[in-house]
Amino acid sequence: MKELASKVLKGDTRSVARLITLVENNSRNAANAMKIIHKHTGNAHVVGVTGVMGSGKSTLIYELARGYRKQGKTVGIVGIDPTSPFTGGALLGDRIRMQELACDSGVFIRSMGTRGALGGLTGAIFDVIEILDASGKDVVLVETVGVGQGEVDVVKMADTTLVVLVPGLGDSIQAIKAGIMEIADVFVVNKADRPGVDRAVAELESMLDLKHVEGERRTPVVKTVARKGEGVSELIQKIDNHMNYLKEQNLLELRRRKRYEAELVEIIRRELMSYIFDEKRLKGKIDDLVDRISMKKMDPYTGAEEVLERMLR
Amino acid sequence: MERKIRVLVAKPGLDGHDRGAKVVARALRDAGMEVIYTGLHQTPEMIVETAVQEDVDVIGLSLLSGAHLTLFRDVVTLLKKRGMDDVLVVGGGVIPEEDASKLKKMGVAEVFGPGTTTDEIIEFIRKNVKK
Ligand SMILES: Nc1nc2c(ncn2[C@@H]2O[C@H](COP(=O)(O)OP(=O)(O)OP(=O)(O)O)[C@@H](O)[C@H]2O)c(=O)[nH]1
Ligand SMILES: [Mg+2]
Repeated sequence: MKELASKVLKGDTRSVARLITLVENNSRNAANAMKIIHKHTGNAHVVGVTGVMGSGKSTLIYELARGYRKQGKTVGIVGIDPTSPFTGGALLGDRIRMQELACDSGVFIRSMGTRGALGGLTGAIFDVIEILDASGKDVVLVETVGVGQGEVDVVKMADTTLVVLVPGLGDSIQAIKAGIMEIADVFVVNKADRPGVDRAVAELESMLDLKHVEGERRTPVVKTVARKGEGVSELIQKIDNHMNYLKEQNLLELRRRKRYEAELVEIIRRELMSYIFDEKRLKGKIDDLVDRISMKKMDPYTGAEEVLERMLR
Repeated sequence: MERKIRVLVAKPGLDGHDRGAKVVARALRDAGMEVIYTGLHQTPEMIVETAVQEDVDVIGLSLLSGAHLTLFRDVVTLLKKRGMDDVLVVGGGVIPEEDASKLKKMGVAEVFGPGTTTDEIIEFIRKNVKK
C-alpha cells in the first residue's frame, strides 16, 4: 500500500483510479494508503456543483474544467449518480458531456454511484476528494444529484458550493424553498439562452436582498449558457473570489474542519457498521437480539443498549 | 469487502445511433452493475483512458459499421500498453462470423450478435469477469 500511496502522490492515473476503487469497496488496504496520503492534502480547491436534474451541471463542469486548463491548472472531476436501492446498480452518465477531456492528462474524471449512502452523496466522497487532492489536482469539481438532502450535504465537502438553477418552471423558487439559499456560495442561472432568464435572475436577486446583511458578503449570481461556454470565465472569477474571501476572513480553515468532521464521523459509522454485522464479531448477537425482539421478549431499545454496552466494555 | 462490477459501455466509430448500447447499459444496471456510459463517437484512446480512470472490470463496445476490426484492435492494444490486460472486453453488433473469430484471437472475450438476449450478456460478464 505504501507503493500505491506513493504513486498516487506522484499523480499516476492508474494508481489514483485503483485507490478510489479500494475506498469505494471499503477495503482495509485503502485505509492504509489513506493514512499515508492525508498529510499531502489541502491544496485543491474543492468546488461542489449541485442543482436540479438536467440543469446543465455536467456541461458546466466540462466548461469550467476547460477554463481551468487554459489557466494551466489541473482538474479532478467526480460525478455522483444515484444507485438503485433495489438492484444496487447505477447508470453513470455524467461523462457523456465531458469526454472531450478524457485524453487530457491534466484531467481525471471519475463516476460514482451513491451506493446506499443517504442523501445524494456517497460515503467514499471524502476519501475520493483527498485522493484527487493528494494526486496534485489544483481544482476538484464534484457534481451531486440534485435531490433534497444531497444538496445540503455538499456543503460539508466543498470549499465553494455552486447551485445551478434554470429559468422558467418556477424552479428557482422551489429550489430556494428546499433550503438552497443557505448553501450557495455562488448561484448560477444556466440556460440563459432561454426565455425568462432576466426574471429568474431578478427573483433571485430580490431574495438575496432580503437576507443580505450590510457589510457581509453577498452571494453572487452568474448567468451562463453552458452549452456555448458563455459566462464561464466570469463564473471562474466568482469561484476564485470566493476562495479569496474564505482565506481573508479565515473561514477556509472552518470549512475544512467541517469536511474533516464529516469524514471522521463517516469512517466511524462505517467501521461500527462493519463491526456490528461482522460474522466473527457481533452478527450472532444481533441475530439473537432480533429473535428476542420479534418474540416480544425484548424491546429494541434494551437490545441496542446491550449491544452498545458490549462494544464499549 | 464488497465489490461491484463496473462496466464501461462505449460506442466507438462514426455511425450515428446508440439505441442498442443504451438497452444493454440499462440491463446491466438492473443486474446490479455500475455502468459508465460515454455516448457516441468514442476514439480508442478515449475508451481506454476512460477505462483506466473509471477502473472498470469490463468494456462493452457496440459497433455497427465495418470499422470494427481496427477499432477493437486499437482498444485491445492500448489496454495492454496501459497495463489493463485484466479488463474483460466484449463486443456487440452486426459482426460477420469470420470477423468475430478474428476479434477473439485479438483478445476480445466474446462477440454478441443481434439475437443475443441481455440475460446472456449479463451471465457471460458475471462468469468471466477477472480480478
Ligand atoms: N439551452 C441550453 N441547454 C443547455 C445548456 N447547458 C446544458 N444544456 C442542455 O441541458 C441538458 C442537460 O445537461 P447536463 O449537463 O447533462 O445536465 P445535468 O444537470 O448534469 O443533468 P443530470 O446530471 O442528469 O442531473 C443537455 O441536453 C444539455 O445540452 C444551456 O446553457 N442552454
Ligand atoms: Mg450530470
